Amino acid sequence: MDQGTALSHRNPARMKLVCPAGTPPALQAAVDNGADDVYLGFKDETNARNFAGLNFDDRSLREGIDYAHRNGTQVLVALNTYPQPASWRKWQAAVDRAADLGVDAIIVADAGLLAYAAKTHPSLRLHLSVQGSATSHEAIAFYHEQFGIKRAVLPRVLSVEQAEKVVSRTPVEIEVFGFGSLSIMVEGRCALSSYATGESPNTHGGCSPAKAIRWQQSPQGLESRLGGVLIDRFGEEDHPGYPTLCRGRFVVNGDTYYPFEEPTSLNTLELLPQLQAMGVAAIKIDGRQRSPVYVETVTKVWREALDDCAREPQRFRVKPAWQEALAGISEGRQCTLGAYHRPWK
Amino acid sequence: MTTMKLALGPLLYYWPKETVFAFYRDAAGWPVDTVYLGETVCSRRRELKLADWIAIGRDLARAGKEVVLSTAELIESDADLRAMHAVAGNGEFRVEANDMAAVRTLAGKAPFVAGPFLNVYNAGTLRLLAGLGATRWVAPVELSRDGIAAVVAEAFDGIETEVFAYGRLPLAVSARCFTARYHNLTKDHCEFRCIDHPDGLALDTQDGLNFLVLNGVQTQSAGVQNLAPVLDEARAAGANVLRLSPQSRHMGEVSGRLRAAVTGSSREPPPASLPPACRRLRGYWRARPATSCRDRSRT
Repeated sequence: MDQGTALSHRNPARMKLVCPAGTPPALQAAVDNGADDVYLGFKDETNARNFAGLNFDDRSLREGIDYAHRNGTQVLVALNTYPQPASWRKWQAAVDRAADLGVDAIIVADAGLLAYAAKTHPSLRLHLSVQGSATSHEAIAFYHEQFGIKRAVLPRVLSVEQAEKVVSRTPVEIEVFGFGSLSIMVEGRCALSSYATGESPNTHGGCSPAKAIRWQQSPQGLESRLGGVLIDRFGEEDHPGYPTLCRGRFVVNGDTYYPFEEPTSLNTLELLPQLQAMGVAAIKIDGRQRSPVYVETVTKVWREALDDCAREPQRFRVKPAWQEALAGISEGRQCTLGAYHRPWK
Repeated sequence: MTTMKLALGPLLYYWPKETVFAFYRDAAGWPVDTVYLGETVCSRRRELKLADWIAIGRDLARAGKEVVLSTAELIESDADLRAMHAVAGNGEFRVEANDMAAVRTLAGKAPFVAGPFLNVYNAGTLRLLAGLGATRWVAPVELSRDGIAAVVAEAFDGIETEVFAYGRLPLAVSARCFTARYHNLTKDHCEFRCIDHPDGLALDTQDGLNFLVLNGVQTQSAGVQNLAPVLDEARAAGANVLRLSPQSRHMGEVSGRLRAAVTGSSREPPPASLPPACRRLRGYWRARPATSCRDRSRT
C-alpha cells in the first residue's frame, strides 16, 4: 500500500481554520475569507490579549455572533487568564455573559473557572486554552474527565511526532498553532513579563503591556525598554521589533546576542498534510492584536491551503504566492517550524 | 500559633552526582523540616536516577526530615510520562505534582503537594485540587502576598500553604534549551553543559543590569527572593511553610538564619539580606514588578 492510499484510507476529517478577531472589522475579515471559527475576547483582563483598543463589549459581540452565524462561522470566546479571588466574580460573570450571548464555545485555562463553567452551564462547549499548559494526553485527560472539555489547544512546544502521539491517544479534539508569533516559553508557564512589568498573561491577560514600553534614542542607538529594563538597542540597519522580553538582545559572559530566539514567525503550511493525516482537528492562527488586513490576508491564504490539503493531501504543495503573502505580514523576516521541527529545540 | 516550617525545594540546577549526594548529606543537618527531591527541570539530566533520589530520601528521612519527590515541570515525551509515573508511584514518599498529568495520576490514590507550576491563582482551583488529594499547595511565584491571603481565606483549614521564601525565582520554562543555545549546541546534543553552571548562567541587559539566569530550559530571576524581613506578613497571609530553593553555596547558613527568624530565637532582626550577596527581591510579594528592587551586584 503506498502512502497516499494509506492516508485516504484513514479518511481524516477536514481541519478547521480558527482565526483571530481583535475587533469587529477583523471578525468580519475572518468570516468573509472563510474562517471556520473565530476567537475573540471581552474588553478586559479576562483574556490573554487585553490591549487598549482591542476586543468586544456585549453589543459588538452580539453583532459579531449574528454576522458569524449567518455565514456559518462559529464564535469562540477566550476567557484564558487566571482569575484571582479579588476579581473572581468578574470571570464568573464573563462565563455567564458568554453563555447568555450564545457563543459556540469558551476557551478557558483556569481549572477553577472550568469547574464553574461545567457546573453552571453544562451545555456550554469548553475548550482548554493553550494557557492551560497541557502538553500530554494525560494532562488533557485530566481536563476531559474533570470538566468534559471538547477541544484542547496544544502549547507550541511539541514536535510533530509528540503532537501525533497526543492526538492518537485522546478523544478530545486537538487544535495546534499554524501561524503567527512564535511562543518560546511554554504558554501558561511564563512570568517574565510580570517580572519586568508586574503584569503577565496569567495575571493580567497580556505579555509585555504597551504601557510599560519606552522607546528612546541614546548615543548607542534606539533603545527599547520594558518596565525600565533594556530589551534591545537598534542601529540603522536593524528592524526594531515589539520589545517582548524573550525576543530581546542580552549579554551572557560578554556575548551580546538573542539568548532566547531571533525575531521569527511560526509558519507550518508545509506540515498541513501531516497534521491532517494525524487527525489534528483545528489549526489556530495567532494574532488578535493584529489588524483586519492581517486577518484578511492570513485567513485567505490558510483557507485556500486547507482546502487544497483536504482535497488532495498527497499532491499538496505550498504555493509561492501564499508564502509571499504571509511574509509580508510576519513579525521579523524569517519563518520557522518552531518546535514541530525538532532541531529548533 | 504554630511555627512555620522550612522546606528545601527541589534542586533546580544540574550538579555532578557526588556533589548532589554531598549537598543532601549536609542538608540532613540543616534546620529544615521538609526536603523536596528529584529532577524537575530537564529530562536529559541523568546524573541521578530515581533510585538515587530515593536513597537520598531514605537517608534524610532517617535524619528526621519529611521527604517529598517532585515531578517534572514540563512533560513532552513518552519517556517524560514514564518518569512522572515512576515518581508518582514510588510508594514511599509523598509527591509534589507539577503538571496536571501528575495530578491525575495521584488523584484519589495518594495525598500530594500541588506544586508551584500548577497555576493555583484562586480558591476554586485550590478546592478542586484539595478534593483530589492535595494536602499542601505551593503558591505560584507571581501571586502576591494579598493574592495568597485571599486564596487562603476562601479555601479551608487543613491545607498547608507554602510560599517561595528564598532563592532565584523560576520564571519560565521552554521546549528550547538556552544553555545549549549559548554554547551553540542543540538540545539533543547539549553535551550536558548545564553541569558547568552550578548556579545557572547569568544574563545581563546591555546596560549592565543582572537580570535573569539561564538554567537549561528554565529561566530564573537573577535576584534572589528573600522574604525573611517580612515573615510576619507571610504568617498573616496564611503561609505555613517557607520554601528555600537550593543554591550551590550558603544553604546551611541561609536555613539557619531563617530558622532563627521563624522561631524568634535570634535577637537580631530578620536578615534583610542573605547570601549570595544580594539585595532583597520581593516585588511580586507587593504585587509590583519583581525587578523593582534592583540588584546590580554580582553574586
